[in-house]
Amino acid sequence: MRAIACFVLACSGAVVVSAQTAGELRWGGDAEGGAPFVEADPQDPARVIGFDVEVAEILARGLGRTPRFLQVGFTSLDPAAARGDFDIGLSGIEDSAARRARLSVTIPYYEFREILTVRASDRQRYRTLADLRGRRVATLGATLAYDILLAAAAEHGLVVVTYEDDVHPYSDLALGRVDAVVLDAVLADRGVRRNAGLVNQDADLGVGYYVGVLAPEQSALRDRVNGILREAMRDGRLESVFRRWEMWNEDQPRLYARLLAGDDVDLQRISPGSTDTWEAARRYFPALLQAALITLILSCAAMALAVVTGGLIAAGRVYGPRPLQAALTIYVEVVRGTPLLLQLFVLYFGLAPFVQLPAVIAALLGLGLNYSAYESEIYRGALQAVPQGQLDAARALGLSDRQALVLVRGPQAFRLALAPMTNDFVALLKDSSLVSVITVVELTKQTSIFAANIGSWVVPGALCAALYLVLSLPLARWARRLEKRWQQ
Amino acid sequence: MAAVTLDVRGVAVRRGGRLVVDGVSFQGRQGELLAIMGASGSGKTTVLRSVAGLEPLASGAIDVGGVTLAAGRTLASVGRRTLHRSVGIVFQFHHLFSHMTAIDNVALAPVHALGQPRAAVVDRARALLDELGVGGRAAAMPHELSGGEAQRVAIARALAVDPVVLLMDEPTASLDRARRDDLATTLSALAAQGRTVVIATHDETFARAVAHRTLLMEDGRVVAGG
Repeated sequence: MRAIACFVLACSGAVVVSAQTAGELRWGGDAEGGAPFVEADPQDPARVIGFDVEVAEILARGLGRTPRFLQVGFTSLDPAAARGDFDIGLSGIEDSAARRARLSVTIPYYEFREILTVRASDRQRYRTLADLRGRRVATLGATLAYDILLAAAAEHGLVVVTYEDDVHPYSDLALGRVDAVVLDAVLADRGVRRNAGLVNQDADLGVGYYVGVLAPEQSALRDRVNGILREAMRDGRLESVFRRWEMWNEDQPRLYARLLAGDDVDLQRISPGSTDTWEAARRYFPALLQAALITLILSCAAMALAVVTGGLIAAGRVYGPRPLQAALTIYVEVVRGTPLLLQLFVLYFGLAPFVQLPAVIAALLGLGLNYSAYESEIYRGALQAVPQGQLDAARALGLSDRQALVLVRGPQAFRLALAPMTNDFVALLKDSSLVSVITVVELTKQTSIFAANIGSWVVPGALCAALYLVLSLPLARWARRLEKRWQQ
Repeated sequence: MAAVTLDVRGVAVRRGGRLVVDGVSFQGRQGELLAIMGASGSGKTTVLRSVAGLEPLASGAIDVGGVTLAAGRTLASVGRRTLHRSVGIVFQFHHLFSHMTAIDNVALAPVHALGQPRAAVVDRARALLDELGVGGRAAAMPHELSGGEAQRVAIARALAVDPVVLLMDEPTASLDRARRDDLATTLSALAAQGRTVVIATHDETFARAVAHRTLLMEDGRVVAGG
């Protein structure tokens, strides 16, 4: 799905580039990130509002251009910037050594602290990360907070749960699915406001900075942007932006003073943060292998569920009474006709107020039940494709309907269904990447964390593709051999 | 006179609103080899299928193996088992189970429909295949068999439950002349064992040569013999 998004993005980017006028500052951000960064204006959803929108306006005015917003998924901002899909990316993007190595990065325009959020009842129990041994702690993937948690996982033995957005970590904390959230104070304040019963702990877990990102060759534009940002720090325009969004605090004047004096900021170096791709690949490979194992186990279990459920549905549709046939037809059409992503959201987040499924179970059910609809259609077709003569022969020999199904029709249908089933399993293996939206870190998710960390998709993408092939090729081979043996 | 094993009385079969078998009556006796002749579409295959319990009757009745098949009556499982124990059928295209070896095809019904112990069934199945001259093909899959071999495996499968009536549809369709003579010998031997053998065929020469008695069907009716 992400690949499609990137493709669409690339296409729209290409169109935008060709249609570009010198008078525009095209800036990329993710409106899904929401307030106070960038969000659709509730009064006029065609417009965006947020502090990053206002920063973009300041920059555009300084450059004598008009700002134009481009929607880009948060995790795609870096590669889109590198490709030049927009002039500058602004969306609460964190400063990091890896970013500076791959892109032109502006001076910071906001300093934030990483803080711990817990349920009010745990306020005394979980004061620091060291108190959270064996507990599940949520954050956004590929952020400074994620790096802090990875280090803490190694040191204190807590379990890191990554989300794709910054809303559900807090709602899941309120529901008790996780025991703490580590994110920057801006997000934490919003999370606590939206969910009753949560509190922010005082201790700082780290300090980070928001920056703008540009294509590496745009250093001249970056330098002009830095000049405009310094000017806005000096004349109080940035201060008024952050005051308007209730984000102004005493950290900012100190940051601005340092930057205006010509100093740079110290970047927090939590993880070994090397920017050497091969070094990083070596470091990430065990995690990728583990994620591949999760992908494999989840896919096999989901396929088993799909095969059993699909078989029952097919039998019900071929042999059952009419009302059952109708009910099963509706089930199959609804499940096939709605996106798997939506089904996963409903199972994990939608049902949460009634039944709190663990993420892995929700993933297994979502994938398994979704594919059961497709499997049932394959089996139904295969059952109906078994020649009538075979069924006549079974009946003439005195087999009961059940025996005829189990001994003759079923096994023959299975042979017909094998090729499409293999196909479906390979598809499921890849669709299992969707479960990352409900916090299960499988192969694709781990790859995107890896890619975001080193700022490039080339090596992580190749490794990920190789692992998927290692998982799917032997199965395809085995199925081909079996088919050959059964060939008539 | 030998006992009546098969009594077909005024049987009619309707398909798609049309009577494809219309008032057919005949009897079969122990040790008798009976041939139903007729052109394609005359209804002879449907008569065999009716006796095997594969066609619902529109009217009339069939007594076979102590069971009565009649219009509007579905057999309970006990009745069905009794019927299929008494009647074996060999289809024109054999319909061997394509996913099983020859011997598993033969052993299936005794093991699963009759619940007989597998080891004894397999021994008997092997003996049957030997007797029919295809003992060497026991482990072959149906698609590996020639037409003649497949037919003999199908005969063995029908005989595995030791039926009193054996039905065969177009038995000479897939055979050359030499095989046809072999088949004639086999069928005569089966009748001599005391079974009632009923074949449906459009091969008049074969029918006249092998059958004790022939019926001629046209448009769903018996027009000669009976």
